[in-house]
Amino acid sequence: MRNRLWLWVPLALFAFFAGLAAYMLTQPKDQFVQSAMIGQPLPDFALPPAFTGLPGASKADLADGRPRLLNIWASWCLPCIAEAPQLEALQKQGVEIVGIAIRDRPEDVANFLAKHGNPYTRIGSDRISEVQLALGSSGVPETFVIDGKGIIRHQHIGDIRPEDVPKLIAELEKAR
Amino acid sequence: MIRGLIALVLVLIALPALAQDSMPPAPYAYNQLADPRLEAEASALMHTLRCIKCQSQSIADSDAPMAGDMRHQVRSRILAGESPEQVRRWLIDRYGDYVSYEPEVSATTWPLFAIPVLLILAALAVLLRRLGRRRGAGEGEAA
Repeated sequence: MRNRLWLWVPLALFAFFAGLAAYMLTQPKDQFVQSAMIGQPLPDFALPPAFTGLPGASKADLADGRPRLLNIWASWCLPCIAEAPQLEALQKQGVEIVGIAIRDRPEDVANFLAKHGNPYTRIGSDRISEVQLALGSSGVPETFVIDGKGIIRHQHIGDIRPEDVPKLIAELEKAR
Repeated sequence: MIRGLIALVLVLIALPALAQDSMPPAPYAYNQLADPRLEAEASALMHTLRCIKCQSQSIADSDAPMAGDMRHQVRSRILAGESPEQVRRWLIDRYGDYVSYEPEVSATTWPLFAIPVLLILAALAVLLRRLGRRRGAGEGEAA
């Protein structure tokens, strides 16, 4: 009798895997690739200014004792327009935001800032996504919390929604 | 009506252009390395690295600007004397195992490598036992 029961094991296993596959097919796919650099120091970089209005950005600018946001964005990126009001709100609350403009032109950067506001103190120009890749960032926009020693503390993928602002403030507070 | 249709078509054509930058590709995005041996190394590596933006393609197969920038990183690092495995490590350190198509034994993937071996061993054990038993039975009959 016990032997008979064993015969059902393969069928039960098959049913389990078929069920698992069917279930996973209904789950939304997580498209985001998290950076593996959280807790690591920033990579060495020194980017030229993205336009004439603000200085460029380097690792040294982000490791002077004050926590900051490092915002990866681009003038050609539509969700970056959506998050502009939130960046402005963060800046109004005293948060310093350093930008890195990905594959961008000075005139486009200037136009974007004129239209959607300028919450940045510095913007580096990353014309070949070099620093973006070194950060483990997989798209625009993305926002990193950098502590005063230049260690990456937190990564926010995608545009910052109004409900994300308190979370980022809290992460900055933690990085103090 | 016709004017509306034309406007719609133009808007649809223009949308993708808005979603991507208009910058020229990075120097080594579409240019091969001069040294054919290094280019072969870089190309073999690029076929086993996942495009982060277009996740079902290798960076060798993708026309996404980010894939071009990743190819530039691979080629310029190989040119600077790094080995393909060093470049792969550099990317894995940033994006995790996910960026590499080359399977690697790690804390989460070891069952994938261990289970087939265990199954083969189990099958061999069952087979040996059965064969042994049958042979034993056969000898018993002959005797």
